[in-house]
Amino acid sequence: MRRANLNLTVSYAILGLAALAILLPLYSILVVAISPQSAPAIGLGLPADPQWSNFAAAWAQGNFGVLIKNSTVIAVSVVAVAVVFSVLSGFAFSMMEFPGKRLLFLPLLVGLVLPFEAVILPLYYNLRALGLTDSPLGVILPEVGLYVAFGTLWMRAVFAGVSREIVEAARIDGANAMQLLWIVLIPMCRPAITTLVVLFFLWSWNEFLVSLVILQDPLQRTAPAGLGAFVGEYLTNVPLLAAGAIYVALPVVIVYFFLQRYIIEGLTQGAVKG
Amino acid sequence: MSLASDIGAARGRRKPQRALRPQREGAVLKSGIGGRYAPYLCIFPALAMSLSFIGFPLAQTAWYSLHAWDGISAPEWRGLQNYAQVLASANFQQALQNVGVLLVFFCIIPVSAGLVTAAIISRRKLPGMGFFRSVLFLPQVIALVVTGMAWRWMYSFEGVINQILTAVGLEDYTRIWLGDFDWALLAVGLVMTWVASGFSMVLFLSGIARIDSSLYDAARIDGAGPVAEFFAVTLPGVKQELGVAVTITLVGGLRAFDVVYVTTAGGPGTATTVPAFEIYVTAFRDQAVGQAAAMAVLLTAMILAAVLILRRIMGMK
Repeated sequence: MRRANLNLTVSYAILGLAALAILLPLYSILVVAISPQSAPAIGLGLPADPQWSNFAAAWAQGNFGVLIKNSTVIAVSVVAVAVVFSVLSGFAFSMMEFPGKRLLFLPLLVGLVLPFEAVILPLYYNLRALGLTDSPLGVILPEVGLYVAFGTLWMRAVFAGVSREIVEAARIDGANAMQLLWIVLIPMCRPAITTLVVLFFLWSWNEFLVSLVILQDPLQRTAPAGLGAFVGEYLTNVPLLAAGAIYVALPVVIVYFFLQRYIIEGLTQGAVKG
Repeated sequence: MSLASDIGAARGRRKPQRALRPQREGAVLKSGIGGRYAPYLCIFPALAMSLSFIGFPLAQTAWYSLHAWDGISAPEWRGLQNYAQVLASANFQQALQNVGVLLVFFCIIPVSAGLVTAAIISRRKLPGMGFFRSVLFLPQVIALVVTGMAWRWMYSFEGVINQILTAVGLEDYTRIWLGDFDWALLAVGLVMTWVASGFSMVLFLSGIARIDSSLYDAARIDGAGPVAEFFAVTLPGVKQELGVAVTITLVGGLRAFDVVYVTTAGGPGTATTVPAFEIYVTAFRDQAVGQAAAMAVLLTAMILAAVLILRRIMGMK
């Protein structure tokens, strides 16, 4: 009994310390963001006179309204397109037989392993030649290209996990491929598709290198890339930078707050099932 | 991309095992359904995007790496000279050395700390675990740019780290951490530890929770202490999670860019530069696209080699 209590104490001590270590830097952004611009609080104490107006100032000077709109347009487009493409190809690779199946699967395997670092140089020059740098499409297209690899494998595994009896029953009832997909599979796999939606949104929102390289025009940047540039320009105005950082983080933190079940389970449980 | 996408990548990377095996269970719709062309129509959009924006550019990177090019005038054939130059350059060597150090902070420390702490934490359901899980996972969803910015203040001269050191009587050790030639790399490394540790702990906690508790009972009946129990039951039970955690953090560490860009921009000097940052600077500041491409090829080869070697070691097919 005593050993169990000790174990419990130690467990909570570890969890508490880890949680504290994670929350400390995040808390410090908040403190800095509301401290006076002339005397930024860098420590831990709350400023005596919280300057909530910093958020409005950062919004105006950092153009965060535009940045967040850009990020939203890009992330929503990437999610919509990449999820549909992934569902379709995952469906074909899990439920259909066709000549060349294995060969056609290979490029997607390549896409899984590669980081953007491997292709960012040609991406920039190709997109520049097409006139797509400084345009949302210039970021949407490569992100879709990278994410469909993961999405296809994900949906393929999800569809393959649907019980065979159900699929056979639908076929006996005369469902064709599209009916099987839309009426049977997609409704059954809604949680897994939601996970994909949330992950794609998260990745797209937080993507930095592609936006930094492809979008040079300050009015076209995404929120993280805009923040990165903001660092260079307003290095001295720490409270405004902090407020800007909060604007960048807030949308994903809100999404995380409501949909964390999908994120954590998608990334941990799911990681191991395969 | 953040670590989360690496998780995805590594998670997905496990799937091919099934993919490459003959697929009996998937072959439900043998023929005729949707016509002969339906499968190709279904895979076309994804495949076309992947080939246009990943596959083809990858080949282009390799092609660039064999040329001298400033991004504007006509490329000039150089054979393997770019590789020779890059490998001989002090900056790239420094970047490789730094990334080696960062892997300790992004891979080895988070994975081992995550594993040990997860093993210590009682296997019972703890009240409030949901809250801790949410907090521990938080660094995974926050843009690394934001994380880097938060840590810039933590590390600044009047920042929290120095205040804590002063409070416990270690004021002699206070410094501008990110500007210090000896300490900046360590400081950046700790940011990466902050990012990866919670994730790895949550991963192992969920892995341990799925170990059959009769195995622990059996170990206890055999008189195993906590340490023996860890090696006999816990470690074998989380082998898959270990493979996933190491793969994700290793790949994420090798390609680290965002945190370095925001916290130190590789400095002071080249004290914290990494290969991904060298690629960016060499191509877009120095206009030496061929050399940057050679670096990109080398980095990609390192990542692929790391993934393949890990799979062999971890017994993943």
